[in-house]
Amino acid sequence: MHRTSAGSLAEIEVMFRHPLIGFVAQRIALGGVLLLAASVLIFAGTQILPGDVAQSILGQSATPQALANLRAELGLNEPVTTRYFNWLFGVLQGDLGKALTNGQDIATSMGGRLGNTLFLAGWAALISVPLAILLGLIAVRYQGRWPDKLISGVTLATVSVPEFLLGYIVMFILSVQFRVFPSVATVYDGMPFFDKLNAIALPVLVLVLVVLGHMMRMTRAAILNVMQSAYIETAELKGLRPFKIIARHALPNAVAPVVNVVMLNMAYLVVGVVVVEVVFVYPGMGQYLVDHVAKRDVPVVQACGLVFAAVYIGLNMVADIVSILANPRLRHPK
Amino acid sequence: MKRIPISALIGLVLTSAYFLAAIFADFLAPYGMAEVVGDVWEPSSAAHWLGTDTIGRDLLSRMIHGGRVTIFVATAATVLSFTVGSLLGFTAAVAGGWVDQALSRMVDLLMSIPALIMALVILSVMPVTVPVLIFVMGLIDATRVFRLSRAVAADIAVMDYVEAARLRGEGLAWVIYREILPNALSPLVAEAGLRFIFMVLFISTLSFLGLGVQPPLADWGGIVKENKEGIVYGIAAALYPAVAIATLAISVNLVADWILTRTTSLKGGRG
Repeated sequence: MHRTSAGSLAEIEVMFRHPLIGFVAQRIALGGVLLLAASVLIFAGTQILPGDVAQSILGQSATPQALANLRAELGLNEPVTTRYFNWLFGVLQGDLGKALTNGQDIATSMGGRLGNTLFLAGWAALISVPLAILLGLIAVRYQGRWPDKLISGVTLATVSVPEFLLGYIVMFILSVQFRVFPSVATVYDGMPFFDKLNAIALPVLVLVLVVLGHMMRMTRAAILNVMQSAYIETAELKGLRPFKIIARHALPNAVAPVVNVVMLNMAYLVVGVVVVEVVFVYPGMGQYLVDHVAKRDVPVVQACGLVFAAVYIGLNMVADIVSILANPRLRHPK
Repeated sequence: MKRIPISALIGLVLTSAYFLAAIFADFLAPYGMAEVVGDVWEPSSAAHWLGTDTIGRDLLSRMIHGGRVTIFVATAATVLSFTVGSLLGFTAAVAGGWVDQALSRMVDLLMSIPALIMALVILSVMPVTVPVLIFVMGLIDATRVFRLSRAVAADIAVMDYVEAARLRGEGLAWVIYREILPNALSPLVAEAGLRFIFMVLFISTLSFLGLGVQPPLADWGGIVKENKEGIVYGIAAALYPAVAIATLAISVNLVADWILTRTTSLKGGRG
């Protein structure tokens, strides 16, 4: 981060005078501030109970001794601000605290699960993004004709059903009726790569269906918007084939909104993954979070909430930065 | 109101059917909600149209009662989110200045955390009861309504008649209620449909995760949770709520679409 050794101050000043760097630095700083504020919010979210967290964890029948012990363990005898800063500094040093229910280190138990979740979401992204753009192109090419209507209809149906139900429908058809894929996505360390892929096929399919509709619709809208331009008419008059006009002339100019919507859907995947993991009993972050909400294990919930918020804010920040970078007026200042 | 397109008509009929079924659930449902009337997962028959569930309750009755819970919670949360969100949104747009800045930045912050994650964090310490659920869902969603109503009201706040009202010396409440609200109503009504669907999906998801409506009461999400084990034996009981949620969502969507196009064409195609 310290660039002072890399070049003279004047050089840095020139670099920073480029408006693009300024915009990007601004976005990154904003993301940092937002994440900090989100950490306050997540911490405050677990403190808003009018009574006592310890009481609500242990229930009404708890003995006074057990309550006092839990209060001491949670540090509830200290003021809220002290507790927040202790937590924050711990998090910054990679110490997420210990789970109340089994006393295990949260960072350790989270590590593998985070990897699993990223594996799942990564494959979903890898399949859904090219597919959504391709379908968007096809829908524009055959605008108002049956391929367009078919794609729009199917995507409307998939966004009207919640993720978990989509999961069970897919499971019912593909793993119970036709027995193509396993209904439970069990993965473990050292599992062969292709076995892993086979195991996560259904959850990936569900996640793809969940984000595909929105991404495809937005791609279609962005390209249609560009199709009104004069240079598209020129290309048509030159006698170019319709698909070539869309792919070569319209798509590059629609890249900023498309990339933006792709990133927003990746951020949406982060949330969709929570539910889908529960449906397919996949050992990831979402399952971990939901289990511990039910057990009222506050430190784990805070840690998971922060990780999800960080990923979400990070992806939104990337979306912002990409749409700045995709704007040629900002890239080549006068 | 002279010509209602066929898609909107289907939407209206289905939506009102669901609401009527929710209101008159006690008369429509052949059995009680928690009444055990048969064997485990009986197939559909004349006595039990949709069969029975995981402990032998009539599934059709449970779907009707569950629909009442889902629709009631979603409606209440939508009303709360609209009251809070639009009131604050209009205030921010009309008052401007630091009020607008403070409210808008607060909403930016709340929206930087995914709604489901925020709900889970709060529900990890709150007792999970129906009023708490409505409260949490309504307030989280109020941020989305705030954004829209602030944007709509900001367009209206610069109109001449608003300026005139201000010069007459009318107060903030009068300007919002008499000048902004009537003109902002139609886009907000269309949005209300979409927020309602979102609430239905939200409460279903929470109940499915076991953090929503608690047994013996159940909503559609809860019915999925109860019957999900049946899926691997080829029993479709857990899939009926999917049909209910999807048809409700699509029909409300159709109505909202129609309201939106009707009002935009009234205003000369203002998108």
